[in-house]
Amino acid sequence: MAERPSSPRLPYDGVVVGAPVTIPYRRYSTNTAHWWVGRAVREVVQRAGVRGIDIDGLSLSSFTVGPDTAIGLTQHLGLSPRWLDHVPLGGASGVVALRRAARAVQCGDAELVVCVAGDTNQVDSFRRMLSTFSRFAQDAVYPYGSGGPNASFALITRNYMMRYGATREDFGRICVAQRDNALHFPHALMKKKLTLDEYMGARAISDPIHLFDCVMPCAGAEAFLVCKEDVARSLGLPAARLLATVERHNAFPDDPIQYRGGWAMDIGELYAMAAVTPDDVDFVQTYDDYPVICMMQMEDLGFCAKGEGPDFVRSHTLTADGSFPHNTSGGQLSVGQAGAAGGFLGLVETVRQLTGEAIGATVPDAKVGLASGFGMINYDRGLASGAALLAGGQA
Amino acid sequence: MTEPLSRPKRKDPLKKTRIPLLPQGTRSRTALGLTAAAAEGRFQLQVCGDCAAVVYPPRDACPRCLSANLPFRDVDNGGTLLAETTIRTSTDVYFRERMPWRIGTVLLDAGPAIVAHLHGDLREGERTRLELKLDKSGQAIVIALPARDTPNMADDPQWRELTCDPKYRRVLVTDGRTAMGQAMAEALSQGGASIVFVGVADPWKPFPGEDRLRKLERVEIVALDLTDTISVNECAGEFAPRVDILVNTAEHVRTGGIIERKGLTVAREELEVRYLGLMRLAQAFGPVLRARGADGINSAAAFVNLVSVFALTSWPAYGAFSATEAACLSAAQSLRAELRPGGVKVVNVFFGPLETEWYQAVPPPKLAPSTLGRAVVQALRQGLEDVFVGDIAEDIRARLAVNPKALERELGS
Amino acid sequence: MSRNTDAIGSPDLLAFAGAIAAGEIEVVDLTHTLSPDFPTIVMPPELGQCAPFRMEEVSRYDERGSAWYWNNISMGEHTGTHFDAPVHWISGKDLPENSVDTIPAANFIAPAVVIDISQQSAANADYELTVADVEAWEAMHGRIPPRSWVLLRTDWSKRNGRDYVNMREDGQHTPGPCPEVVRFLVEQRDLHGLGTETIGTDAGQAFHFNPPYPAHYYMHGKGRYGLQCLANLDRLPPIGVVILAAPLKIRRGSGSPLRVLALVPRARSGM
Repeated sequence: MAERPSSPRLPYDGVVVGAPVTIPYRRYSTNTAHWWVGRAVREVVQRAGVRGIDIDGLSLSSFTVGPDTAIGLTQHLGLSPRWLDHVPLGGASGVVALRRAARAVQCGDAELVVCVAGDTNQVDSFRRMLSTFSRFAQDAVYPYGSGGPNASFALITRNYMMRYGATREDFGRICVAQRDNALHFPHALMKKKLTLDEYMGARAISDPIHLFDCVMPCAGAEAFLVCKEDVARSLGLPAARLLATVERHNAFPDDPIQYRGGWAMDIGELYAMAAVTPDDVDFVQTYDDYPVICMMQMEDLGFCAKGEGPDFVRSHTLTADGSFPHNTSGGQLSVGQAGAAGGFLGLVETVRQLTGEAIGATVPDAKVGLASGFGMINYDRGLASGAALLAGGQA
Repeated sequence: MTEPLSRPKRKDPLKKTRIPLLPQGTRSRTALGLTAAAAEGRFQLQVCGDCAAVVYPPRDACPRCLSANLPFRDVDNGGTLLAETTIRTSTDVYFRERMPWRIGTVLLDAGPAIVAHLHGDLREGERTRLELKLDKSGQAIVIALPARDTPNMADDPQWRELTCDPKYRRVLVTDGRTAMGQAMAEALSQGGASIVFVGVADPWKPFPGEDRLRKLERVEIVALDLTDTISVNECAGEFAPRVDILVNTAEHVRTGGIIERKGLTVAREELEVRYLGLMRLAQAFGPVLRARGADGINSAAAFVNLVSVFALTSWPAYGAFSATEAACLSAAQSLRAELRPGGVKVVNVFFGPLETEWYQAVPPPKLAPSTLGRAVVQALRQGLEDVFVGDIAEDIRARLAVNPKALERELGS
Repeated sequence: MSRNTDAIGSPDLLAFAGAIAAGEIEVVDLTHTLSPDFPTIVMPPELGQCAPFRMEEVSRYDERGSAWYWNNISMGEHTGTHFDAPVHWISGKDLPENSVDTIPAANFIAPAVVIDISQQSAANADYELTVADVEAWEAMHGRIPPRSWVLLRTDWSKRNGRDYVNMREDGQHTPGPCPEVVRFLVEQRDLHGLGTETIGTDAGQAFHFNPPYPAHYYMHGKGRYGLQCLANLDRLPPIGVVILAAPLKIRRGSGSPLRVLALVPRARSGM
């Protein structure tokens, strides 16, 4: 599918992202999403050296904050923003929240926007969330056995393997490398090294997906601050510059089984807007609900051609110090998936690497980073996608 | 290749009976169009009335042209299986205890990609025909079958879960005194039932066909009087745990409208035999059927009602009869909801005049009882819920769908 | 007040009650238990049928009624052991005092004679009681007293289900009176009523007699009564029995199920 011809989009001059916050994840939590979100907002506010009342923009992403939405959180947290957004896009929430906030601060509609994602995980909250996830899932997926997205992604994985000759070992490489990265990351819930043999021998979930292809749902929160460069400077806040973003939903609807995501439609525009090429990118945080999606992103984000994902993974090292630093904190597959916070995890890690604030493995000499988002399995494919290019340096 | 079922062993009396669980049964209203099609054994999807796009999953606006005109229509059910997965573990309690379970993505020739259950004999890359079936929650699902029949295909475990196949099941035919009841017993015996209990009331009163009935293979006569609560309860006390499919063949057909028949004696008899008889069966057998919906190969599977098609619309020449049949239909609908938690289907089989003495003056086409018997077996094998047998029944169904008022006049003239 | 201050010859009822309590008078129950499986008369299927006996439990010390047990029952007027009133037949329809609620109560207590044709009936299910049979009986036991029940002992009540009804392709085959003997008993012996063990005071094949159903026709035509589905006639002596047979007092009723009791002097019972 040909990319759309690049159109002149307004650059993000002067928009920066700082205060990358992770509230350490827990497998199960009796606390509410409100509690997790509140902790993340508090830490952002403290890092920025401001007070809650100074926050004039709020973007919230959460699956378990019901019956509230973002507006309920304003009163709950004592905020009086003049710009408010609720972004229910799962793994694409971070990129999309950033896109919205960026234009708001750029136009002066808000000055300090906190973007936060947080979810709790109670013993049955994952299953309950799934049973009401989407209308198409209710009508056409859950009656078919999996009780969750595993079978849907098994079909996508199987199809991709048949189409492009990817093997389980190829996916295993991604998972093993992410686990290596995670061993340095203090908040990762998975703390043991993973070998390729262990990956291959793990119990089958839904052929060809096995245990280590699946994320572990957990409770947690992630957040960052979006503002103008001069505001960040006046606060003494290290921040990364926003170069470009794209967003696309329900791309390629006529593909019988998903083998490419929305990025393939708009990737040219992303790089053109940022005035960089894939070779300039120092690290990539892909959305890793399943390793097949990571491989798709490597292709659709321009690092190799469609179908060359297996080769690409075989010929690169994916650790933070490798030839293609990928999911440098360990990604969701090793850190855990805290609901919608999984859609922020990569973006928060990107900001850390670019501001020199990495808390785990460090990508040497990181100047340009790419964070990609994906998610919202409505029926048989992820509908939402997005990507953001950021740069470190003068803040 | 499907492993043929073996005759189930006797139940271990020390083992806990597996309670019936149901797959996820919530559906949007629009998606219930699939349930309506599955109930009758049709394959229907939404077809856009403006641009002819075939659409799945069911929805409220055409994804090609945004039209809201999306009626359900018969659609060609051929396709190709693109990819499959074998689910090995699930958070869904129903499927969790039925692992492994195969599903796959089928590309329908008519357009959409459909995630479907897979019959065991269908392999990736092969051509397939899709069918809409009602699963244990009573809602429609899609199953992909091999393009051509394969040996023992009815024995596939995923398929058997969707149907009420009489093979190796124990059946109770509630009234064997009539030609219809006898034909039912014979058809079910030939359809693979391990035993057919046939209820007979008033053993002191002989009935035609009695000798032949007693000689049928795998048929056992039992005392059962549907007009007597004590008789029904005693029969259930003895047989209910051994009944997997109940077929209510009670019949009481008399001519006459509401005014014509002087007095209420015949009306009372009618209600006793048909409506109250159904109530008694439901109360006496229902709870045990419901509890045994997941009880092995010969699990409780279906409660079959033979109902006149004139339950749906009155035929004044048989007006009082039609009214009683209507009462039975309503009761069966309630029973359907009440038995659903057990995964037991209530099957309503609608038919028109039979080739029996009570329809003597009615001109053809009339249905032979043996045809009705075979149709019931077929409906059970297909897991259907609403079945129309014979020319008259199908004609009534078609006319009702277009203009019920016109049909009311036509039957009343 | 002394027991014997009444007029000479009036009966001593207290002595009578005492004799029953002491067992000097035996009470023989001639009634079948009313139950759902007892056969009823069968009409052609296109006609309305006699309702069989049915019971619907209202409660049984349960959530429907914690401390009690009771049933609602339904039946026809001619279900089980039952009484036929003259209004039941077309020949009695205009007679006075012809329904169960208007028959004088005194008529519910009457003497009875028992005529045994059990052996003949065992050999021939269609056996008909004849005038000769009655004359032979009278030669042994004396003339049948006026206003007596004539009870036909056939031992049919000992039969079960199918054999009791004995329904074949051409209808029931059960013993009963021939037309002549009914006329004889009604006109020559002032019959109080006819009691049988079978379903029907008439023979099973009486539709084909001349007139059809002569017992119903002549008896009810004379304002007399019928008792059917009796049991235990084999425990009664041929004479000396008094029958208590009081049907339910149903408005304009043509009959009713009832308890039929035979009073038998102890010395004479079991013969």
